[in-house]
Amino acid sequence: MALDKQAETAKRQFKVVGTRPNRPDGIDKVTGRARFGADAVAPGMLTGRVLRSPHAHARIVKIDASRAAALSGVKAVVTRADFPEPPAHVADVLDNCMAGAKALYDGHAVAAVAAVSPAVARRALKLIEVEYEVLAHVTDVDEAMQPGAPVLHEGRTDETVPEGFSGNVISRCEFGHGDIEAGLAKADRVVERSFRTAATHQGYIEPHACLAQMGPDGQADLWCCTQGHYMVRNTCAAILGMEVGQLRVTASEIGGGFGGKTTVFLEPVALMLSKKAGRPVKMVMSREEVLRASGPTASTSIDVRIGMTKDGRITAGDAVLRYQGGAYPGSPVGMGSMSAFAPYDLENVRTVGFDVVSNRPKQAAYRAPGAPMAAFAVESVIDELAKSLGLDPLDVRIRNAAVEGTKSSYGPTYPAIGAKATFEAAKAHPHWSAPLGENQGRGVACGFWFNFGGDTCVTLNVNLDGTVSVSEGNPDIGGSRASMSMMAAEELGIPYEQVRTIIADTGSLGQNEVTDGSRVTFAVGLATIEAARQAIRVMCARAAKIWGIDEDAVVWEDGAAKPAGPNAGQFPPMSLAEIAAVASNTGGPIAGHCEVNAEGAGVSFATHIVDTEVDPETGAVKILRYTVIQDAGKAVHPDYVEGQFQGGAVQGIGWALNEEYIYGEDGRLQNPGFLDYRVPVASDLPMIDTVILEIPNPGHPYGVRGVGETSIVPPLAAVANAVSAAAGVRLTDLPMSPPKVQAAIQAARG
Amino acid sequence: MSQIHVTTKINGDETEFLCEPEDTLLDVLRDRLGLTGAKEGCGTGDCGACSVTVDDRLVCSCLMLGAEAEGREIATIEGMADGEVLHPLQRKFIEHAALQCGICTPGILVAAKSLLENNPDPSEEEARYWLAGNLCRCTGYDKIIRAVMDAAAEMRGEIANDPDDSLRRAS
Repeated sequence: MALDKQAETAKRQFKVVGTRPNRPDGIDKVTGRARFGADAVAPGMLTGRVLRSPHAHARIVKIDASRAAALSGVKAVVTRADFPEPPAHVADVLDNCMAGAKALYDGHAVAAVAAVSPAVARRALKLIEVEYEVLAHVTDVDEAMQPGAPVLHEGRTDETVPEGFSGNVISRCEFGHGDIEAGLAKADRVVERSFRTAATHQGYIEPHACLAQMGPDGQADLWCCTQGHYMVRNTCAAILGMEVGQLRVTASEIGGGFGGKTTVFLEPVALMLSKKAGRPVKMVMSREEVLRASGPTASTSIDVRIGMTKDGRITAGDAVLRYQGGAYPGSPVGMGSMSAFAPYDLENVRTVGFDVVSNRPKQAAYRAPGAPMAAFAVESVIDELAKSLGLDPLDVRIRNAAVEGTKSSYGPTYPAIGAKATFEAAKAHPHWSAPLGENQGRGVACGFWFNFGGDTCVTLNVNLDGTVSVSEGNPDIGGSRASMSMMAAEELGIPYEQVRTIIADTGSLGQNEVTDGSRVTFAVGLATIEAARQAIRVMCARAAKIWGIDEDAVVWEDGAAKPAGPNAGQFPPMSLAEIAAVASNTGGPIAGHCEVNAEGAGVSFATHIVDTEVDPETGAVKILRYTVIQDAGKAVHPDYVEGQFQGGAVQGIGWALNEEYIYGEDGRLQNPGFLDYRVPVASDLPMIDTVILEIPNPGHPYGVRGVGETSIVPPLAAVANAVSAAAGVRLTDLPMSPPKVQAAIQAARG
Repeated sequence: MSQIHVTTKINGDETEFLCEPEDTLLDVLRDRLGLTGAKEGCGTGDCGACSVTVDDRLVCSCLMLGAEAEGREIATIEGMADGEVLHPLQRKFIEHAALQCGICTPGILVAAKSLLENNPDPSEEEARYWLAGNLCRCTGYDKIIRAVMDAAAEMRGEIANDPDDSLRRAS
């Protein structure tokens, strides 16, 4: 069945899908008209501001806000005491938005005000008196696990964790199959190494922002930049004790998210301030607040052991992964553990993961959460083994590639996948055989991501003039409105320009999962196609009614209803526009809709090749050339597929070379700004070449796989392998900032 | 504290406003004049999302006080298109898919326009260094640089407006 569908997809001739039309929101975004989170205003609007803990770990003994509340122009003050006792599933979320008994990290919110101006709000924050009992803190993952470490939460450790760890170790997970020690015994060489990666931030340029309005009748409206306004609605309603239907959330244009806008920070606070003040409240984070108190990714400590025969077969792969995910449980160590060895067909494989809390802001998803760090460690060891055995690193990967029918390292058996195809395309790419100069090195690495589907609703309305309006519920973070319009146009057989897709508010469609897991082009696309098919069925029925023939005797081709064959009767085709024009006389408005929990998101693989040059005197690394090869299943809009490949690669370059959360002895973040938290800039980079492979996903009508996340998985390892080759010494600690690279070179030289 | 009265010219229009002494030019543009095309990404001059020109000089409007606009000529993203005719840079950004989320786009367009006014024929490296003060987290800059180079070529009259131009297909 799956194979048949795949063959059908492969031979389908697309007319719109695969072209590169202009995006519908392009003009708004190049003229400054597009309205992002901080661009909304409301009559009578107040400014909301948050008071944040200066301590990494402290008991909140007392908060006295009476002087702030008495200040002229202050309309509301909120502390945790204003919120009802939350349901268990949002208890940590609320505690992260507004601290309860303890402040758990530098920047943790402890109070908030709403005032008539930013200046008054700032003055009011200074008048709030918080009495803290400062506690010992821990921000390093390995230290946090040690017995005797300061413990953030008593009693949160679950039964999976063995004896001998501190209470900061929340849970342990394990994946794999086979016998590791037996496998290692068959190896000609075993390499064992330890790796560390720093926490990084998604670095979206748009700080979190929202505008909340809540009336005394309990009805509320919220405008915010988010990856999922349904999630915002459900979470805020639970935290505020509201009925979900009383809260309508509208997603603004979103200025980047990369996973960091998949939870709430300001929104429940803004709603509570608005409720108390009886006026709309707007809140916008500063960049410092974004870095101190939104959700960066986990920092990690990973040990890897891999055995290989001298002809390049991996006999066993074993890894222990420790991820600190900040002040609350829920680091992405599970997905790191599942993805670590996913590109390979292994007889013996095991990963063990530990979820650890520490006195840092709670991590949020960051593009393929958990996977880049795991791939960094595993792909580094595979590279080292290949080189030490005199083997081509790509030949080794081809030799061990997971293929259709492989039992994956995390359990499921793969359908058709593109791992081997990306390796072979990398090997054939001119980049792989191009010459290198002095102090230059080339690295290659592979990456995997699951991709997700999930709850999705789409409504497709056929308008009276034959244009089509598509409503979907997932914020468009990188061109997805264009992709949905393209898929609707493809299915309906009409030009792209006749379809306009909008992002509906939470009152207009049923539940939609967050824009995450690379799910939107897959799942919302699938739902859009199904909605179009439903509208086509209606239109065929209307044509049948007009012609007085059986519904089954009408087919839809090239945007028009036609009799299925000569026996059905002789009627000229009726176009979509012609059917739409008389809809009122044939049964009323025409629409299609689809509500689905989309399954069948195909996994995806990428292989990256990078050339670097290392300055042996300073340790500075220059990226010379970069090539991304990735399986997209089917590229709906190739420009935006390439854009995802390029953007993920460059975020990974930043993670590999520059970006890190630096905590001082006092537990405070030392670099909460874009000057010292340095993301890649244009002059750091070459062009990022891309190769799109299309191995159709059997689970999607057009073969689409998600592409957004896989692209950040290989670059940490690819860059590390390239820098290690150029420097002549293995780099195992990210970021590979100049001082670290220089020190490694010095140490290797003795 | 009393507010300051400022007379200036914004996108060619005579404009007066009152501002607090501590208001930045960005605060004034966004919160007092409704010109929200310039964005605050950092407030410290590191991201370039608030880029405008003041007397033709490229500045971060978050680093300049509103009061300092007195007697100056300010140009923002809102003044870049001529009515419904887009500037070549704006058109090329759409054609090259040089934006994903679009939050950095106004600042980058203002900076790129300033580049081409100073240097109509930049090398790729010159374009990359000029735009190094404008952070984009989505694109990896590849398509942005292609769009800028293509717009520069078109503005020099070197390439007709060809949607299938070779630069775009180079990768």
